[in-house]
Amino acid sequence: MTAPFDLRRPEGGRIDRARAMRFVFDGAGYSGYAGDTLASALLANGVRLVARSFKYHRPRGIATAGAEEPNALVQLRGNARSEPNIRATQVELYDGLVAASQNRWPSLELDLGALNSVFAKLLPAGFYYKTFMWPPGFWHFYERLVRRMAGMGRAADASDPDRYDHRWAHCDVLVVGAGPSGLAAALAAGRAGARVILCDEQAEPGGSLLGSGATLDGAPAMQWAGAVLAELGALPDVTVLPRTTAFGYYDHNALGLVERVADHAAEPLPGQPRQRLWLVRARQVVLATGAIERPLVFRDNDRPGVMLADAARTYLGRYAVACGRRAVLFTNNDHAYDAALALHAGGVDLAAIVDLRAEPGGLRVDAARARGLRVIAGRAVTATHGRSSVTGVDIARLQEGSDLAVLDRESIACDLVLNSGGWTPSVHLFSQSGGRLRYDEATGAFLPGRAVQAVRAAGSCNGAVALKDCLKQGAAAGAAAAGDCGFAAAPPALPAAEPEPESAPMRLLWVVPSDAPVGHKGKHFVDLQNDVTAADLRLAAREGYRSVEHLKRYTTTGMGTDQGKTSNLAALAILAEATGREIPAVGTTTFRPPYTPVAMGALTGRTVGALLDPARWTPIHRWHVRAGAVFENVGQWQRARYYPQAGEDMHRALARELHAARNAVGIFDASTLGKIDVKGPDAARFLDLVYTNSWSKLGIGRCRYGFMLREDGYVFDDGVTTRLADDHFLVSTTTGNAAPVLSWLEDLLQMEWTELKVRLTSVTEEYAVVTLSGPFARRVLTELTADIDLEPKAFPFMSLSHGTVAGIAARVFRVSFTGELSYEVQVKASYGLALWNACMEAGEKYGITPYGTEAMHVLRAEKGYVIVGQETDGTVTPYDLGMGWIVNDNKPDFIGKRGLRRADLQRPDRKQLVGLRLEAGERRKLPEGAHLVADRDAVPPMPMLGHVTSSYWSVALDAPIALAMIKGGRARMGETVYAPLPDRVAAATVVEPCFWDPEGKRLHG
Amino acid sequence: MKRYSIFSLARNALSHHEDWPQAWRSPEPKPAYDVIIVGGGGHGLATAYYLAKEHGISNVAVLEKGWLGGGNTGRNTTVIRSNYLWDESAHLYEKSLQLYEGLSQDLNFNIMLSQRGVVNLAHSEHDLRELSRRVHALRLNGIDSEVLSLDEVRRLIPILDCSPAARYPVLGASVQWRGGIARHDAVAWGFARAADARGVDIIQNCEVTGILRDGGRVTGVETTRGAIRAPKVGCVVAGHASVLAAMAGLSLPIESHPLQALVSEPIKPVLHTVVMSSAVHAYISQSDKGELVMGAGIDTWNSYAQRGSLPVVAHTVGAVCELFPIFGRVRMMRSWAGIVDICPDASPIISRTPVEGLYFNCGWGTGGFKATPGSGWVFAYTIARDEPHPLNAPFALERFSTGALIDEHGAAAVAH
Ligand SMILES: Cc1cc2nc3c(=O)[nH]c(=O)nc-3n(C[C@H](O)[C@H](O)[C@H](O)COP(=O)(O)OP(=O)(O)OC[C@H]3O[C@@H](n4cnc5c(N)ncnc54)[C@H](O)[C@@H]3O)c2cc1C
Repeated sequence: MTAPFDLRRPEGGRIDRARAMRFVFDGAGYSGYAGDTLASALLANGVRLVARSFKYHRPRGIATAGAEEPNALVQLRGNARSEPNIRATQVELYDGLVAASQNRWPSLELDLGALNSVFAKLLPAGFYYKTFMWPPGFWHFYERLVRRMAGMGRAADASDPDRYDHRWAHCDVLVVGAGPSGLAAALAAGRAGARVILCDEQAEPGGSLLGSGATLDGAPAMQWAGAVLAELGALPDVTVLPRTTAFGYYDHNALGLVERVADHAAEPLPGQPRQRLWLVRARQVVLATGAIERPLVFRDNDRPGVMLADAARTYLGRYAVACGRRAVLFTNNDHAYDAALALHAGGVDLAAIVDLRAEPGGLRVDAARARGLRVIAGRAVTATHGRSSVTGVDIARLQEGSDLAVLDRESIACDLVLNSGGWTPSVHLFSQSGGRLRYDEATGAFLPGRAVQAVRAAGSCNGAVALKDCLKQGAAAGAAAAGDCGFAAAPPALPAAEPEPESAPMRLLWVVPSDAPVGHKGKHFVDLQNDVTAADLRLAAREGYRSVEHLKRYTTTGMGTDQGKTSNLAALAILAEATGREIPAVGTTTFRPPYTPVAMGALTGRTVGALLDPARWTPIHRWHVRAGAVFENVGQWQRARYYPQAGEDMHRALARELHAARNAVGIFDASTLGKIDVKGPDAARFLDLVYTNSWSKLGIGRCRYGFMLREDGYVFDDGVTTRLADDHFLVSTTTGNAAPVLSWLEDLLQMEWTELKVRLTSVTEEYAVVTLSGPFARRVLTELTADIDLEPKAFPFMSLSHGTVAGIAARVFRVSFTGELSYEVQVKASYGLALWNACMEAGEKYGITPYGTEAMHVLRAEKGYVIVGQETDGTVTPYDLGMGWIVNDNKPDFIGKRGLRRADLQRPDRKQLVGLRLEAGERRKLPEGAHLVADRDAVPPMPMLGHVTSSYWSVALDAPIALAMIKGGRARMGETVYAPLPDRVAAATVVEPCFWDPEGKRLHG
Repeated sequence: MKRYSIFSLARNALSHHEDWPQAWRSPEPKPAYDVIIVGGGGHGLATAYYLAKEHGISNVAVLEKGWLGGGNTGRNTTVIRSNYLWDESAHLYEKSLQLYEGLSQDLNFNIMLSQRGVVNLAHSEHDLRELSRRVHALRLNGIDSEVLSLDEVRRLIPILDCSPAARYPVLGASVQWRGGIARHDAVAWGFARAADARGVDIIQNCEVTGILRDGGRVTGVETTRGAIRAPKVGCVVAGHASVLAAMAGLSLPIESHPLQALVSEPIKPVLHTVVMSSAVHAYISQSDKGELVMGAGIDTWNSYAQRGSLPVVAHTVGAVCELFPIFGRVRMMRSWAGIVDICPDASPIISRTPVEGLYFNCGWGTGGFKATPGSGWVFAYTIARDEPHPLNAPFALERFSTGALIDEHGAAAVAH
């Protein structure tokens, strides 16, 4: 009695039999070895059915051994680390791995979604464009049903606990793919002294050598690979990145790589990122990305157990797994015979080799026959049998000129159907680089043509077949790439490969006939993941979707997570046939990044949470925190909005702060305002050009308020600028606009007015600014300074004094944004907190009260001072704000001068800034943003006059106030306007936009 | 036109779907037409359709250099809404939304308009104020829009991170319930099929290389398939508008930029509305196939190549993961770029030109998919009558010299 056939072969493979790994799939426990993938381990355990297809929920198994896998998608890991749609063929097995099948209910074996198959006749490609239209407007109802069927796996149910890194790298030569060609290329470039990065998506470099059993110089080829890797490892400028996929090729030779640092373990080690995204800018790129075997399109070619021939060889050679016990090979080419011979040698019963060619010949075919294998020529597999696993195939003779194959029908029992339709070079990255592709008739494949960027293709992605040629092309490409980087490089000596047996031509037959016309019986799948059949593709062509892109979109072929790696070419060919064109005339679809899907976390890197955007704090921030301030984000800054005391809500806190600022003294942290130091002999001329008003005559030590406009005449920013010296100004900007203003000014200096001698420096963070504002401001400051004369005559409004405040060197500006007597004390940032504390102490007896941005807004609104971005929105001129006085039209030029002159900006009925007062006794504020109309009884759509820009409860007036921009506003003083609100219509009277101390006595006091 | 319905599907099932007619013909160009539309995107096809349907002008050719719908129409993230700030925009986009609401029936092609609501998040006091302004304006314009409290946002989008500890916490939102998404290809195909049925010639793989003029009048176009004559030519070529304009000696105030979008692998539906955030620079929806559809901001340099750069995509994905931390392990499946035509005021140009008989419809930039039917409707009117419809009168070229801009830039940092 012979021992039962064990799918895990007793010897061979690159697995570590000493390290068993337990894992769980769909709740059942299994065991595999280190070095297995989830797919190889499942196959070794005899698990055939692993997934359901997207549309028809057909049972599916593992069809390939790599990145091209369309079927075997699983939900990997659990809880917060749960990941959908992971290809089992790319998951390295680790101890404790948990995976589950997806998109089935209630179970993989019994999936009710498979009912779709029953209605399949009603669901051809694009059926949804033709139906669900009745009754009108009911799509949302149908959509709910459709959405139930949507998706495959599930997103995790909690935040991803892992971290991701980003890394930027430069190199001379980036080699993508560490198969024989890539290794040879890296060796050639590395030896020449070039900085080389070699990446490969697999855990172990070697590519096709890992599973093929090839020899070099008479020894296993992996020995040579090992020696090359050792040499590369010893070269200081060579970086080898395993588990790293180059997924995108962008302009200027920038490539995106994703390194799976910790995916081969249950979770990353402490401190380790899960994945690392590399942005590599390479002077030269060598693509050695290999080729992917192409399935044949025959009837019911999707059952579990139908597999690419080379995949089966890989499973056997690399993982010592026989994918079945009794196999049939279905091929159109010689190459697949290698797989059959390998499987046969590995103990698999090879029931038959079904060859589409009438007269296959050549060494490989002879070898098969010599081993007694049954080669059945000129026939096709016309059907497969079985449900959750294939149990047999029908074969029949092909007839010239007929699309039926009915003669000499025969059934063969088997549990494995290997198939091969030839090879498709992986030109994805080459195409992404912008390179042109050319069609090669003989192999029925697109190959790299003219390159656009500094890139070369080598090896099987370049159409090479024999190992010898792969090595040669790789070495030549590596040497040439290094040479183009200026290194003296020569291709290294290469080991000798076994001679490649001469191969006979393949037979391209894009749709394999069966005993019924295509589409009438069973399904000829082209895109396995999206369940797109040959009949679907022909239907699309018939309906006029003749462009490949139309075909893709109409049928969804190639739009799955595998991006059609095994299906695109067949789809193209079927379209060409159906429309009577040659394949190159149809053209290929654009390959879009990424080559394989990339975790969004990896793209994100660390820039989430607190690191999303730097939070900027003033030097006094800690004090505000301790005082219990409520903060708001203003640009990147976090500013104290108000300082509630025990039991206070915002309204009460605000009232207290406002009262203090108007009646005693308030203290405010104004450090966030942008500060730009402008220096140079042409500084005044420069400011004359960027501001609407004039600066040349501003005295040293004097301050002036100014508007910057955009070219189109609209307000861009505002602020007070001070002349520090003849050639030296300090410009202040709004908090949020500091950076845009600086880059705009730099842009002007560097691009427009290169003749001006001016230097700009951002000094926003160099200084802390403490504002004292209120009737007692001077008294507080008097307590703190001995060397600054605070007498109004000596230190008038809108001027600057230098001196010491609280013993700290300071610049004191007498400016005001509150309408009260105010001083802005500016000190080196590191003294900011000390200054603040000193002010608080000195001001205690005057009732000094910190106020936040909210109170500041109210105070300025009472005065009618505008806030850029609140009263303005990019469509407002200084005239609209009633501030025409700030525009000096006599200047020969300033930015925005020409824009301001345009007819529409001169219209008298433009929206203009006004104040609004409510009816006496009205305590309810107008909502900010409320729109105003002239006619109380208007109904939508109604003509609008404008809107409320600011609206507050004024403590000083004990009434609500508002500012608004309304059409022809200045001519409407005294008129009543209405704000139709959801619950009422509010009436308001148009008034001057200044509610407090219109003569300005207080701030001049 | 053979009508599509569940019955026609059933009938065709009996014949194995082998008798379906072509959705549109692929005719050879005639020597002359009454109107030539350059550009077979959604806007061009809609223009041709409404020329035939509303104005009885069916001797029309649509010339497309590639395949119809292959420009931005087939590359966009399909957000549809009409909640624009300025009256001029709101009325134009609302007209379009109304046409969308009956479009599947009108075209007899299911464009899958999914009015699932478009939610705009507010992350600062400034955002809240702007959002309130917009909602008030829309209400008085008779367009649906409302403010959502933080609690309502949380209930509507449970997977959104609404934590106050976020770097830019969500403070509230506005929603337009009638907004949503539609299937972009279906819009192009539906218009193509319906226009073809009314006699319009859709000529693909036909690039316009010159604009023929006689004095100040247009007389036709030069193409890769020969000269074609027409007394009226409407150009609707999005990112290539300036190229076409230059052929007629015109210069447009338009910059062309790459704009990228991406989709994730399909996952079971978890996001049932469209979510946009201009502060965190992201917008996202989930398609009926389960893919998360995300749009980036523009790549800031000018380009005509439909390619973008990785950091721009990474930035967008980062923003999405900030808003939706559960998406960290979901994977990006595909990304791509279109070339968008951006006006200084981020509003379109639908206009006559100084060349008699030559019309331009462009400048839709990052947000013209939602305008497809409306844009075609007013452009057809403009071409047929040689004068703008009141809805598009404010969108004439002259506004750049008068200064009567419709500045939607300030209005939305992310304008889709
Ligand atoms: C990534 C991305 C996301 C977007 N997201 C949204 C969104 O969510 N919502 C939204 O409303 N909008 C969105 N948009 C914008 C929207 O896609 C466009 O505004 C709209 O589709 C433009 O349609 P169109 O028909 O004018 O242009 P297109 O569809 O670009 O059509 C123009 C056509 O002109 C053709 N053409 C060009 N030159 C010539 C020539 N010389 N001869 C002949 N033909 C020529 C082109 O091939 C093209 O097919 C997005 C755009 C992009 C790129």
